[in-house]
Amino acid sequence: MNKEQRRKKRYQAEKRFQAYGIVAISLALFFVGLLVFKVFSDGTSAFSRTMIKVPITFDADKLGITNINDKDEVENADYFTLVYEQFIKSYPYSNDKEEKQIIKLLSPDYEFEAKNYFLKNKDKLGKTVSLLLTASDDFDQLHKGNFPRNIPEERRRLSNYQLGIYDQFLKEGKIEKIFNNYLFSKGDSRDPELAGFGGAILGSFFSILVCLLISFPIALAAAVYLEEFAPKNKLTDLIEININNLAAVPSIVFGLLGLGVLLNVFELPRSTALVGGITLALMTLPRIIIPARASLKAVPPSIREGALAVGASRVQTVFHHVVPLAMPGTLSGTIIGLAQALGETAPLLLIGMVAFVVEIPGSPLDPSASLPVQVYLWSESAERGFVEKTSATIMMLLGFLIVMNSLAVYARQKFERKWN
Amino acid sequence: MNLVLLIFILLFSLSLFFFSKSRIGYFSNSKQFKLKALPKYYAYYLSLWCALPAFLVLVSWNILEPTIVKNLIFSKIQSNSLNEVSRDELNLIFQKIKAYYAGNFTGQLSEVIKSGADQYKRLLSVAVSSKVVIFFVTIVIFTSIALKNIANNVHAREGVEKIIRILLFISSVAAILTTAGIVFSLLFESIKFFTTINFFDFIFGTSWSPQKAFVSDTSAKLSASEIKELSEAFGAIPLFAGTAFIALIAMCVAVPIGLFSGIYFAEYASTNVRKFGKPLIEILAGVPTVVYGFFAALTVGPFFRVLGESFGLEVSSESALAAGLVMGVMIIPFISSLTDDVINSVPQSLRDGSYAVGATKSETIKKVVFPAALPGIVGSILLAVSRAIGETMIVVMAAGLAANLTINPLESTTTVTTQIVMILVGDQEFTSAKTQAAFALGLTLFAATLVLNFIALRVVKKYREQYE
Repeated sequence: MNKEQRRKKRYQAEKRFQAYGIVAISLALFFVGLLVFKVFSDGTSAFSRTMIKVPITFDADKLGITNINDKDEVENADYFTLVYEQFIKSYPYSNDKEEKQIIKLLSPDYEFEAKNYFLKNKDKLGKTVSLLLTASDDFDQLHKGNFPRNIPEERRRLSNYQLGIYDQFLKEGKIEKIFNNYLFSKGDSRDPELAGFGGAILGSFFSILVCLLISFPIALAAAVYLEEFAPKNKLTDLIEININNLAAVPSIVFGLLGLGVLLNVFELPRSTALVGGITLALMTLPRIIIPARASLKAVPPSIREGALAVGASRVQTVFHHVVPLAMPGTLSGTIIGLAQALGETAPLLLIGMVAFVVEIPGSPLDPSASLPVQVYLWSESAERGFVEKTSATIMMLLGFLIVMNSLAVYARQKFERKWN
Repeated sequence: MNLVLLIFILLFSLSLFFFSKSRIGYFSNSKQFKLKALPKYYAYYLSLWCALPAFLVLVSWNILEPTIVKNLIFSKIQSNSLNEVSRDELNLIFQKIKAYYAGNFTGQLSEVIKSGADQYKRLLSVAVSSKVVIFFVTIVIFTSIALKNIANNVHAREGVEKIIRILLFISSVAAILTTAGIVFSLLFESIKFFTTINFFDFIFGTSWSPQKAFVSDTSAKLSASEIKELSEAFGAIPLFAGTAFIALIAMCVAVPIGLFSGIYFAEYASTNVRKFGKPLIEILAGVPTVVYGFFAALTVGPFFRVLGESFGLEVSSESALAAGLVMGVMIIPFISSLTDDVINSVPQSLRDGSYAVGATKSETIKKVVFPAALPGIVGSILLAVSRAIGETMIVVMAAGLAANLTINPLESTTTVTTQIVMILVGDQEFTSAKTQAAFALGLTLFAATLVLNFIALRVVKKYREQYE
């Protein structure tokens, strides 16, 4: 091999090596893209809800209402039979089985939807209105095009008869898609079309609030002590090693801590955002202390010396001068730590925040789910409707995370001073 | 009640603060001493001395109260019954008493429970009133001590600063307390577990089937054959193997991609590529693990199954391959940014020396920069491994539940973290060997990650010192 060939070979090796790097980066970016694409393509349809237009006559006799001003009577009237009888008339049927198949196209909540409408429009008594009622999950998925129609009937969730009804309704313009407000306002449900992540958002909010209130003051104080006051001794070294190691302990271990200590020893209420928040706070603590220390360290000694020179005490120096200057870095570290806590699932599973909670939690002491736990719960469900709900929850979660992380970056860039 | 008391100290110490701030001048005049610090420090001094002890009393009371009430009721039941009542029975009766008191008791009502509930009610009301009394007495005592100190011309600022320093110190000890809490809660249950099941049966046993642990009450005397059967149910080798296997698959994905992208960012990339590429890849680090789990379970797992079918291979939809691959993707940014850092801290002089003798850029990286950075890279890979074995949600959602001892990536395996979650989610009895087994698994996991982290941090630190 002559010189020329050897050099050519070396240059080719150089090019190959660079190509490996580019391939590696593109692979990583491909995964980012795939993940985001998958979530968005699955999740966007969850933001709309399929409704069926049903003409309903609020017949006073059928409802059993004699006096429209009697609150009890209006509240307890038989809306179930009213809607049932009028809805099954919208398509011909010959036997009980077909009758059942018709009513199954409506979500089981139709009686409440009719009731809520009537309570707001009492003047409609005896009149016929065309009411929009939520369709069942299967019908909803069919309309959104997530159900292939060409597979054999016994493997489909909708029968040929029901598909016939769908086509008929579609032709008559009885099907409408509206914005899915249930998704934001409702808690969990066994029926995908009635399930929402409203409860989970509040649960997440409460636990992150508890987490912030506990972890931020303690972490800031610990960082100030270690950076500004701690003497160089064995105890300080031990604390330092401890904090670094805690930051790398798997999150599930904190769940075991929460279960073993908070629930079993202190007997705090299970499944609540309070316990979740405390567990997350213990986990977040070292993740805030580390950036807080770094930004305290970045404040130049001249600031401290200046304050001490004009007669400030050490505590005054630290709290009047050093801590305010270190605040941007500390805050951005805190926000990033909280963002991690927001996405954390495993510890919450162990302290029982996986309960099936229909009610929207009103305080940190109520049982609740959280956004990531809701993702876990729904992803275990078999119904097709929950897949899009799960993806929508992930979109929501990612949205919050992006907002928090950009806030952290903004806080640092805008307020942090560079010392040269 | 607690909330009311908390709000009370908050408001009271706040009003004390503003009141004393404005009145301290008159106070010092009437007592004829000169103020040694600014008025606000006297105000801080007073309100801290008022609020902190009362707060501590409240917290410790709330921690101690349930235990004391429980023990009082236990001793009452014990003294009323003729024969010895075991600790577990007492606990059970206490649960029933509490349920009866709360009004959601279902089941057979007995005289013991009724009288116990009466006593419980009485004790609770006594507890509340004594709590309030002690709370206010503490406030009065400590506020008057503080007032007396001020009258004796104490240096208020120094007093306040001392308190602040002590509070700062206590906060920094919180980290140690957390670790201690972890170790104790894990050890406590694990020791109970290892009294029933031999430690070596657990560590070296090859069959894991906790559902066999039918004996829920470990305090009862077990026959030798039952103990043997239990020991055979809790062999953790399949879990350790499954964890290591999935982590290995993850590393096979993450190490090459992470290393090469880290090297590219550090050595080749233009500022623009760095500026946009790095944050994009770091999105992967910010995505919650449950999202990866969902992705692995609903997209990657089924994809591999379909792909396998087209080659005539049988692929489990919960294959180790899917879980490991997705876990690897999660770890990529971790390795790439650490590699980037490490390579950036290799001194430029080493590169210049290599270029000077005619080496190309890739030769310099392969023969000079990489060997110099190797300890740091190894450290970061160890950190990544510790993250992989502690990762929970991906494996819970995408890996299997059955403990298979296999090295076929297409079959399903289970991991330590999956089993912990499977055992502990839902209702558990705290006396069953199964629950305790989860804590024993947690302890092994904690110990393993601790050792890995310790070594990794050491290596990284040593490496940094080398070039500083």
